[in-house]
Amino acid sequence: MAVKLVFLGKLADLAGAPEKDVPGPLDWHGLLAALPGPLGEAINGERIKLAVNGAVLPDKTALAAEDGDEIALLPPVSGG
Amino acid sequence: MKDVRILHGELAPGPAMTAFSAAHPESGGIVSFLGKVRPDGDVEALELKHYAPLTLKGMEELADEALTRWPLDGILLHHRTGAMKPGDPIVLVAAAARHRRDAFEAADFAMDHLKSDAWFWKREKRADGWHWIEPRAQDHSDLARWT
Repeated sequence: MAVKLVFLGKLADLAGAPEKDVPGPLDWHGLLAALPGPLGEAINGERIKLAVNGAVLPDKTALAAEDGDEIALLPPVSGG
Repeated sequence: MKDVRILHGELAPGPAMTAFSAAHPESGGIVSFLGKVRPDGDVEALELKHYAPLTLKGMEELADEALTRWPLDGILLHHRTGAMKPGDPIVLVAAAARHRRDAFEAADFAMDHLKSDAWFWKREKRADGWHWIEPRAQDHSDLARWT
């Protein structure tokens, strides 16, 4: 078991893959440590949101994920 | 009544509107908006991605919000994902109501939210490769009209 990271939009390009497994448990600092370089910098920006198991976090720095959880990293959206 | 769908294949606006109209014989009017891939410059293709745990749920909540704000008989939100070509339909929004003004406003509201406040990510392929698209300032100011 692990925490599954799902990269949406341009973040998948920065990550080089749409998904990545990292060992849990995972908090905000652990997430930043798991994503060094431009990806970590992007996620630190205020326009990137996080969702855990389909629920968007009001405060991403309060992240607390366990093994088996799925964290989605959500850049600005554009539809239609 | 809500008809909210994410379409992984072709969006056929004619049959969708025929069915929506038949489902609402009580309505005095239906307003629809069809968004298409704009044949702009050197855009060769467009791809839309979504995130299953969030996207449909968010669209359902948007439909509920429209039904709360206007006295509608029904609302339809159909949004494509996947690969598209210039001219292909991307999104179909329709609102059925007793009176036209409510239907116009609800369709406008729904479109502004689907453009820049729904869980979709869009990229365009041009001669020099793929580019992720972010909402324009106009999209944000359009959205702010409803707050």
